[in-house]
Amino acid sequence: MNPIILECKGLSKRYGNTQCAVDNLSLSLERGQIVGLLGPNGSGKSTLIKLINGLLTPTAGTVLIDGMLPGVETKSIISYLPEQTYLSPSMKVKDAISYFTDFYKDFRPDRALKMLKDLDIDINARFKILSKGAKEKVQLILVMSRDAMLYLLDEPIGGVDPAAREYILRTILMNYSENATILLSTHLIQDIENVLDRVIFLQNGRAVLNATVDEIRMEQKKSVDILFREVYRC
Amino acid sequence: MPWDLDNDRPIYLQLMERIRQDIVAGVYKPGDKLPSVRDLALDAAVNPNTMQKALSELERDGLVYSKRTSGRYITEDETMLNQLKAELAMQHIRQFLETMKQLGFKKEEILSLIQEALKEEP
Repeated sequence: MNPIILECKGLSKRYGNTQCAVDNLSLSLERGQIVGLLGPNGSGKSTLIKLINGLLTPTAGTVLIDGMLPGVETKSIISYLPEQTYLSPSMKVKDAISYFTDFYKDFRPDRALKMLKDLDIDINARFKILSKGAKEKVQLILVMSRDAMLYLLDEPIGGVDPAAREYILRTILMNYSENATILLSTHLIQDIENVLDRVIFLQNGRAVLNATVDEIRMEQKKSVDILFREVYRC
Repeated sequence: MPWDLDNDRPIYLQLMERIRQDIVAGVYKPGDKLPSVRDLALDAAVNPNTMQKALSELERDGLVYSKRTSGRYITEDETMLNQLKAELAMQHIRQFLETMKQLGFKKEEILSLIQEALKEEP
């Protein structure tokens, strides 16, 4: 098995004639890690995630997932949680489960149903009647109930209260396997610092730091959260 | 309940401290099987790899040992456990003495204050 699950080489994305959203970025991630993609608004987090899952094509450079260019095969091993919901408001939770079961060979409906039950979410409810937090939880449950190789979670804890955040983090910890890697973007570092192996700081589309959480604490004698505030001081 | 961890020190060191403390406090008895890495990581709300590292370090120190397929166990070496207990006690005492020094107390004063406090203990 290729130990590298994700490799970006000189990756750039420019929208029209603007500044690069992702700028000559090179990095590689090994399997079996939870990686935080950190950066202020507009630093290129979502663009990078969309380049990895093939929703955007690079202006220059390449991205390889398990050695493959983004395509049908990589979609089958990537589980992606977008920043915005894509589930139709009129759809019922159980319909979403059957969609996922049809779409993804690696989807485990029993796992999803168990988590929904733990959270007292009615599978007969339509998405339009669910609270924002409940909707986010359902989406994360769907995404984490796949046995994927690479999970791309774009702001998974952005819109939920602290208690739900804790549940979501537990869900992530509980469902991820040793061979899988999770790349999650967020600006709420403090809440998730302890569950991360490694952090990547993005600034203007470049990786300005790529280190493990304990390396940062050992060398800087401060938390990633404090370091982030220093690096990105306005 | 996630474990209470400081923000400015490496996480794995703090996990090691917590497990050591639990061993001394009798949460785990000599020869007890430790929960799995995953369960401990979930309980502490930390990354499983970090928990793995903490346990490997404790194993290197000899405080826990692993059986090939069945998991990790607390050492039954009483000498080592007593030594650990004494070490933790000394750590707390040194911290206390440091604070008392900062407050301006001399050695004899500290000693008599301790004796007084001990008398008040039931």
